[in-house]
Amino acid sequence: MNAKLVDDDCAVLVQDLTVAYREKPVLWDIDLKIPKGVLLAIVGPNGAGKTTLLRSIMGLIKPAAGNVSIFGQSIHQQKKAIGYMPQRGSVDWDFPTDALDVVMMGRYGHLGWFKRPSKTDKKLALDALDRVGMADFSHHQLNQLSGGQQQRVFLARALVQDADLYFMDEPFVGVDAVTEKTIIELLKQLRSQAKTVVVVHHDLQTLSDYFDWVSLLNVRQIAYGAVNDVLTQENLKTTYGGRSAFLTANQSAHNQS
Amino acid sequence: MIAEFFQFNYTLSIVMAGAFILGISSGLLSSFAVLRQQSLLGDVISHAAFPGIAIAFLIMMTKDPLALFCGAMVSGWIGTLFVNAIVRFTTLSYDAAFGIILSVFFGLGIVLLSYIQKVPSSEKAGLNSFLFGSASTMLYQDIITMALFCFIIILFIFFFWKEFKLLSFDPDFMSSLGFPVHKLNLLLTTLLVISIVIGLQMVGVVLMSAMVIAPAAAARQWTSHLGAMVFLSGFFGLLSGVIGTLLSNSIPHISTGPMIVVIVSFFVVVSLLFAPHRGLIWNWIQNYHYRSNIRANSMLVNMLLFSESQTDPYHCHQLSALTAIGRGPALRAMKELQRQQLVRNPEADLWGFTKRGYQKAQHLQATLFKDDHGY
Repeated sequence: MNAKLVDDDCAVLVQDLTVAYREKPVLWDIDLKIPKGVLLAIVGPNGAGKTTLLRSIMGLIKPAAGNVSIFGQSIHQQKKAIGYMPQRGSVDWDFPTDALDVVMMGRYGHLGWFKRPSKTDKKLALDALDRVGMADFSHHQLNQLSGGQQQRVFLARALVQDADLYFMDEPFVGVDAVTEKTIIELLKQLRSQAKTVVVVHHDLQTLSDYFDWVSLLNVRQIAYGAVNDVLTQENLKTTYGGRSAFLTANQSAHNQS
Repeated sequence: MIAEFFQFNYTLSIVMAGAFILGISSGLLSSFAVLRQQSLLGDVISHAAFPGIAIAFLIMMTKDPLALFCGAMVSGWIGTLFVNAIVRFTTLSYDAAFGIILSVFFGLGIVLLSYIQKVPSSEKAGLNSFLFGSASTMLYQDIITMALFCFIIILFIFFFWKEFKLLSFDPDFMSSLGFPVHKLNLLLTTLLVISIVIGLQMVGVVLMSAMVIAPAAAARQWTSHLGAMVFLSGFFGLLSGVIGTLLSNSIPHISTGPMIVVIVSFFVVVSLLFAPHRGLIWNWIQNYHYRSNIRANSMLVNMLLFSESQTDPYHCHQLSALTAIGRGPALRAMKELQRQQLVRNPEADLWGFTKRGYQKAQHLQATLFKDDHGY
């Protein structure tokens, strides 16, 4: 009874998730309870399975074992409740269309089959572009956009999905300080609207400023919980194998104080 | 009226109609094939379709167009399935899979064709025209079949426009929205198979891949909107069909299919060279302008730095002094600036700001190296 109540409060519930590429495990026995309304970072070294975890929660990868439920249901029943911002490098930015058109693609899930985007959808897309500071670029061709602008377009596309749960894969990679600030402010806005945001992140420096929950991942889940509880020297050492520059920098700062 | 037209020059009209339909359907689908980086798949499909034609003939013992179309379609489709299976279940990559399927199926087709030559049948003549295409063997029924398939293609592209667009741009995201990406992928590939099979009789197995790559490659040069690109590549396909037919008709002993391919290739070459924004020539001219502008601007800024040592900013300097602190050919930059009335040249070797030039230099100094948008 009590356990049931807790599960209902979860945006995402992952149980015993294992994903393998041929005989090599990419994710091993992951358990994850993501409460509603948090900003969660998935952190770990290269090849730790961060993107794989994100994609298998969304049902884009078939796991070898384990269960995932979103708001208490299977992912296939909850597709409209999730928003997705993939890595920028996953598409060809020379595709012949403009920024507005890409943002409008975020409405396709709500539109369903055959229906074309309406004026309302267009207005939503323009609003989203405005929110990411790209209002003046709506009719710019994709290949005219800089890396940071492409990232903003992808964020705007996720925003118009009007989801309750967002998955973002490395939204801060290759962006300048201004874009990074825009993105994190929007993420915090989403949280204040009681939305849940799961972000694959790689920068330990900004972790405690940006996020309230963190999952330390290296094939297995090393630690999971509130940022301040999880971000200990020992956990980081286990995750990164003691090779993190952040560790030593942090340690010396600690010693000085 | 139509009957009169067809009787007027029956062969030419049939060929023209065939080229027209073939051009549209392969042109429309070529955009999606090229954007999805599947241009080579077209080559595989056309070669893989070849044994299907032979098998369909062996079963039916007649050159019924619908039967041959279906045979080609099924075998072309099986070819693409094999490609996918090879990539999925072995460690081979796409290019290896393409090569294997293309040669295996084509080889099988040639073997079957030589077997058919021994079969006693009056109908067998003309089957080898599927190799390089032959317009003269086309009949009225062929046109009807082609038109039917072309209509199906247009219908599907119209109804699945939004879906095909997203499938081509970001299939992963599409999958996250809950669309059955795998099935849509099969549908679009099937349409590609149909568009290729439509052209086989006329253009032939060997050259058909050109019709799946060239129209879109040309169209992409002229536009950056998917709708315009699909329309334009359909138009390029159609135009090369019509022009190719007319040319091969007016020059004796020139076959139609290869002529169509030559024309569509001509469109590609012209587009690659001359299209605005993306064409090579356009880029050369643009780059020349950018370089000379940069040189001129940096000269203006250098002059400003130089004039800071003077009380009068409009004081004229010798070109050699300015060259010493600048880079590149100073005289050419000065001539360009003079053309824009930013500098004056009162005496042979003396150069100084005009009022506008001084203002522009100050503006440049303040904003140079700063991106207007800040990111």
